[in-house]
Amino acid sequence: MIKKKVKHKKSKQDVILDIIKVVFLSIITIVTIYPFWNIFIISINDATDAIRGNLHFWPRVFSLESYKNILSRQEFLNSTKVTVARTVIGTPIAVFVTTMLAYVLSRKDLVAKKFVTIIFIFTMYFGGGLVPYYMVLKNIHLLNSFWVYIFPGCVSVYNMILVKSYIEAMPDEIFEATRIDGANDLTIFFRMIIPLSKPILMTIGLFVAVGQWNAWFDAYLFTSDQGLKTMQSILVEILNQYSMGSSNSEQMSNAAAGMTVTPDSIRMAATMVATVPIILVYPFIQKYFVKGIMLGAVKS
Amino acid sequence: MKKKSNLPVHKKAMSKRLWDQRFLFLLLLPALVWVIIICYAPMTGLYMAFSNYSPSTQGYFHDLFGAPFVGMDWFNYFFENDFRLIMRNTLATSLLTLIISFPAPIIIAILLNEVRSTRVKKFVQTASYLPYFISWVIAANIFLTMLSAGGVVNDILQALHVTNKDILFFQNGKYFWGIIASANTWKGMGYSAIIYLAAIAGIDQQQYEAAEVDGANRVQKIFNITLPAMIPTICILLILAIGGIMNTGFEQQLLMQNDAILNYSDVLDTYAYRYGMRNGMYSYGTAVGLFKSVVSFILVLSANSITKKVNDQGLF
Repeated sequence: MIKKKVKHKKSKQDVILDIIKVVFLSIITIVTIYPFWNIFIISINDATDAIRGNLHFWPRVFSLESYKNILSRQEFLNSTKVTVARTVIGTPIAVFVTTMLAYVLSRKDLVAKKFVTIIFIFTMYFGGGLVPYYMVLKNIHLLNSFWVYIFPGCVSVYNMILVKSYIEAMPDEIFEATRIDGANDLTIFFRMIIPLSKPILMTIGLFVAVGQWNAWFDAYLFTSDQGLKTMQSILVEILNQYSMGSSNSEQMSNAAAGMTVTPDSIRMAATMVATVPIILVYPFIQKYFVKGIMLGAVKS
Repeated sequence: MKKKSNLPVHKKAMSKRLWDQRFLFLLLLPALVWVIIICYAPMTGLYMAFSNYSPSTQGYFHDLFGAPFVGMDWFNYFFENDFRLIMRNTLATSLLTLIISFPAPIIIAILLNEVRSTRVKKFVQTASYLPYFISWVIAANIFLTMLSAGGVVNDILQALHVTNKDILFFQNGKYFWGIIASANTWKGMGYSAIIYLAAIAGIDQQQYEAAEVDGANRVQKIFNITLPAMIPTICILLILAIGGIMNTGFEQQLLMQNDAILNYSDVLDTYAYRYGMRNGMYSYGTAVGLFKSVVSFILVLSANSITKKVNDQGLF
């Protein structure tokens, strides 16, 4: 920021700029934050009352019935466990395998380095498509297995490039010295590369963890076992019931029958339950996130 | 795996070098297994696009190479039937997304740079990339709710007297491209703004000070210093965006579409998925997917080589 020593009189253009700035940035902020608030207040409003609509800023009739309902459903609780498990198990494995690859490809003296690098980079631009992929997973018995959430995500070539450029920026001399002292590549990798790359590993760990938490398509397509469904895929099921359309009149009659929740209210509550963990960790992780994007931007 | 050697450059014999690097190849092994199974094995499955594939229990390669060869039949079938409709939807969604989502982060970055208070700046920035962190499932839920009859958007439109009865956004196909474009923008604008802010952060502050001495106001500084400094980044991102024009998204369409508006919402990816997986036309789905992969591969490679040229020569 420039410190102004002399206070200039604002020109007309600058006044207009200030107005545009305030208006535009306010709109951006509202557009990104308000939808979450809107879902939130609908979710804590009484379900029958919510059918009347017009819920904008504040709940009319406060009720936590929808949350009670969703949190007492066995399938939802189980899906939460699966989501937590895939995030907690999948993230360190992916970071570890990706870092091993990044280290190997960062070595200037690697035999057939160019060939091995191209093998991996090529997969960023071309693939077999969904049907062959499905058939391969089926034949290696990954369908309806928890590992279908872990193994395919073991390596991310994009993340590998981030780690690789981070390692390449380290001075060679420190590794040379260790090698002369008799350390082999494994020792260098575990004792030096991993500790020294900690900041970038945090960043890609964040990318992977958010991806794992948000993934739904693999659970949707590759598993039919209810016990393996993830939270997001349960949410998709709820969403599909919604788009098939339970009409307002139908909901009204349910309400008349004394039901305290509606498909809509369940949908809102489930959306909130899946969103809140992200919003809670968000302030802590976002600086790593910004760092990661900056690194990626420099690379590409 | 074939090991290409660069032997003349090195003094040591190949076998000796390989033995020296045995631990490196040990570290490489898991990723190599991964890339073969997850990436290259499915590529062999592209043969399905030229055959009449049907899965049995006798193993992947047995099914694959036992299937009768049909040449380009599936591609011809696609070009003669749904090609035009699907391409129209794909390109329309992509272009509309490009038109809305490309300028938005540039404007955000420039205006954020004009904010004096660090706290306000940080708050707006943090808010702007929050949608990037949530899944498409939640984003789709939000859009379906906000745009529903009796939802907030309809209430606002009625308050402004744009319409006097609820617009059924998801029952009328003509809205769908715009909805997807807005959703893409909503989810991605904060993320892209970070890249532009990085470009702005790289500008030499002395330029601004010099402009100030010359009596330039802030608007003049934006147009004469900030924007020109962003142009290389803008060009590169634009070329990359055009290169990715076939990748118009998959999850968002799949989650927000319904049968009533399929003629507008179906793009290459969802079409290939619906036929290939849902309807069990494995070969046809693969053929459509292959068509898309080849075209977008060519586009992305061209985009990359163009950006390399832009990077090397500099634009000005």
